[in-house]
Amino acid sequence: MNEQQQPLWGFMAQQADKLAAQTLQHIGLTFISLFIAVLIGLPLGIYITRKKSLSGLVLGIAGVLQTIPSIALLGFMIPLLGIGAKPAIVALLLYALLPIIRNTFTGITGVDATVKEAAVAMGMSKWQVLVKVELPLAMPVILAGIRTATVINVGVATLASYIAAGGLGEFIFGGISLNNTNMILAGAIPAALLAIIFDFLLSLVQKLNFKKIKGAVKIAPVLLLLLSCLYFVPSAYGSKLTAGFTPEFMGRQDGNLGLQSKYGLKIHTIVISDAVMYKAAQEKELDVISGYSTDGRLKAYDLVVLDDDKKIFPPYYAAPVVREDALRKFPQLEKTLNLLAGTITDSVMTELNYKTDYLHQSPERVAKDFLVAKKLYRVDRGGKSGVVRIGSKIFGEQYILASMYTMLIKGYTDYDVATKTGLGGTKIVFDALTNDQIDFYPEYTGTGLLAILQAPTKTVEQLQVSKDSTYNYVTREFVKRYQLKWLRPIGFNNAYALMMRQKQAKELHIKTITDLKRYLDSK
Amino acid sequence: MIKVDGLVKTFGTTKAVDGISFEVANGETLALLGTSGCGKTTTLKMLNRLIEPDSGSIYINDKNILEENPEALRRGIGYVLQNNGLFPHYTVAENIAIVPQLLKWDKAKTDRRINELLGKLHLDKGHLTAYPSELSGGQQQRIGLARALVADPPVLLMDEPFGALDNVTRAKIHGEFKALDELKRKTIILVTHDVQEAFELADRIALMDKGKIVQIGTPAELLFAPKNNFVRDFLQEQRLQLEFRAIKISDLWEHLPTGGDKVKSPALSTELDLWSALEQFKFSKAETIQVKNSEDVIKAISFEQLMAAYAQYKTLQPHE
Ligand SMILES: Nc1ncnc2c1ncn2[C@@H]1O[C@H](COP(=O)(O)OP(=O)(O)O)[C@@H](O)[C@H]1O
Ligand SMILES: [Mg+2]
Repeated sequence: MNEQQQPLWGFMAQQADKLAAQTLQHIGLTFISLFIAVLIGLPLGIYITRKKSLSGLVLGIAGVLQTIPSIALLGFMIPLLGIGAKPAIVALLLYALLPIIRNTFTGITGVDATVKEAAVAMGMSKWQVLVKVELPLAMPVILAGIRTATVINVGVATLASYIAAGGLGEFIFGGISLNNTNMILAGAIPAALLAIIFDFLLSLVQKLNFKKIKGAVKIAPVLLLLLSCLYFVPSAYGSKLTAGFTPEFMGRQDGNLGLQSKYGLKIHTIVISDAVMYKAAQEKELDVISGYSTDGRLKAYDLVVLDDDKKIFPPYYAAPVVREDALRKFPQLEKTLNLLAGTITDSVMTELNYKTDYLHQSPERVAKDFLVAKKLYRVDRGGKSGVVRIGSKIFGEQYILASMYTMLIKGYTDYDVATKTGLGGTKIVFDALTNDQIDFYPEYTGTGLLAILQAPTKTVEQLQVSKDSTYNYVTREFVKRYQLKWLRPIGFNNAYALMMRQKQAKELHIKTITDLKRYLDSK
Repeated sequence: MIKVDGLVKTFGTTKAVDGISFEVANGETLALLGTSGCGKTTTLKMLNRLIEPDSGSIYINDKNILEENPEALRRGIGYVLQNNGLFPHYTVAENIAIVPQLLKWDKAKTDRRINELLGKLHLDKGHLTAYPSELSGGQQQRIGLARALVADPPVLLMDEPFGALDNVTRAKIHGEFKALDELKRKTIILVTHDVQEAFELADRIALMDKGKIVQIGTPAELLFAPKNNFVRDFLQEQRLQLEFRAIKISDLWEHLPTGGDKVKSPALSTELDLWSALEQFKFSKAETIQVKNSEDVIKAISFEQLMAAYAQYKTLQPHE
């Protein structure tokens, strides 16, 4: 990867605008949520010092909120608040709540009882005791809580990019997806610096003596508000539709870059995680998303794939990749595996994925139902003449395919089957194959081309013209380089795709990506 | 005048205060004396309603304080605590000015009053901008007293005010306390477990045990007419010293010989207690001291004559 050779400073200088915008968003997110968390947490903390019987409950709930994994919490927010800043701020403030409530409570309960008594004895009202005695004396402890909350927020705010709220997470997670170290560091270093700087500044405030703390506490709300406003500085968009793309899609030639260069597509785009993208599209938070064409959620959320009429997404046809020596060892194998060839279309695969991912049926059941319906199913012959080892990657579609092949082999041949499913990503399962740990697994032509063969850009562009050319190319190269054979394609193409809600696409008469561009360009 | 009648306070199953009644005249100092846990603090705190009594009544200047607004009530009662309870985040000046601020005094009036108190309490002006933690225990206690006195409340409640001080400092502050004219006009209730302190500072003493008053009376009454063995035993250990403090020269007047050598030094008042009179011999190194009674009769007496009068006085006390 040539980005790797570019120095980090070069990358940061080149991306300075984006970096500045993300940093401002990050600070803004951190402090809006902190501000609201103080508005809620401080009175709540005070309240439970007055009603001690509630303190256990309130602190318990705040504690439980903090143990919810951040991604899950963000996920919960989407149905309630959609995507973008709102759910991110709410999630962040929920995390910030515990340290603020807890420290307010311990700070105030920790105030010397004699001093409180003296205050009451001199004729102060409850409010005066709170404002003149308890809060000032608890302030160092309360500030320590706010300091903790700030540092937590700076960290968790990196996840805001998952639900399209921006911040330095865009670089961090984009960089992880694209395996671009510079991009990761360009997000991670400023995020770490922010945490360190805010922690240090607040530690200074904490150490101020009583006199100065009075002044500091007065300007704090103003300062918090100012910092909060930073979030709104960089946002100046404007387009009819909103697209949500994964960080990975954003940085790929066969992704957003291609959409811009080949189609000239200009759309207001926000970065979002794969986990919440489909849901957000259904909830009308997003209009266009980048997904996989056979993903079960397409059906679940009633989305439709836009035709890639200029062929920028390389085909990802699935086919079993088998060791040549295994084909010799098990003469029946090729014929048996090819039983599945051409039987599963995109929509059928989507349907099968929907059943496992969404209806939570087991891959075995889905596989068997399908084979039975296609009249391909035969009962297990209980064969003992050799064991075929099947591998699969770690997601639903691969499990279904592995199950189908298992049933076919057991039903049509006298071989037994050992499955090694869930072999992580491409690299792990492919290494298992070349090292003779497994005999075959289902692979995608696009992955073979880009990830395994790492074909040069020129070759890729030439091959994209027709869907067969990629298959032919990888078949040829795999035999030559690895003594592996691609059997006949199963039929479906699990490629990148742009999708929209079915209803909206119909209303706007958008069927292809070119239609989408035309619609966006029209006034 | 403070009039307390049938006060009862129970915490869970502990009867902290079990039917206490007493009266304190204007300008009088009453000590609540007793061992730890006998209910002194609880009694005191009911007087400014830091604790609400279960039953009983409290009148201050004929007003039922249980019907008053507690905050207004407290602003009119000085309160001094053992651990002073100064606000650590306020300077000395701010600490003293708390009640004036609550009473919305203007700054000039507050400043004038603070300056006046500083002089009386032997505090330095430079202390005003210091924080309490920067001062010695004795200074902190004086500031606690200044804070209680600043609005010139007619009633002063003191809970073991000198308990946290070392002996030397305490003795010194006792002296200042007695000399302070501000305090002479005030009705004071002083809680203490220190018998000597009670004898030295109080006009009358209420000796308490298990939430009840065992005996209430002047120091001399408690010493020479103890109601029961509890009272006698309580005072036994320091008896001689207490008697020297409880007996005034006027009590011995009839046992003192008339005349004697005339000495130039000014005559002492017969209101002086025996202990202080004996101390005069130490200070003046004279063979005799002169005392003068209310009718301006002067007697010059020697140390031996004073002790003889004391012995005669004692033999005349009822043997109870
Ligand atoms: N807030 C309280 N809760 C429960 N018990 C208390 C409380 N205050 C005082 N007591 C109990 O009441 C009794 C009298 O206490 P106190 O008036 O403080 O005694 P003293 O001041 O004479 O040492 C003690 O047994 C003490 O433990
Ligand atoms: Mg006490």
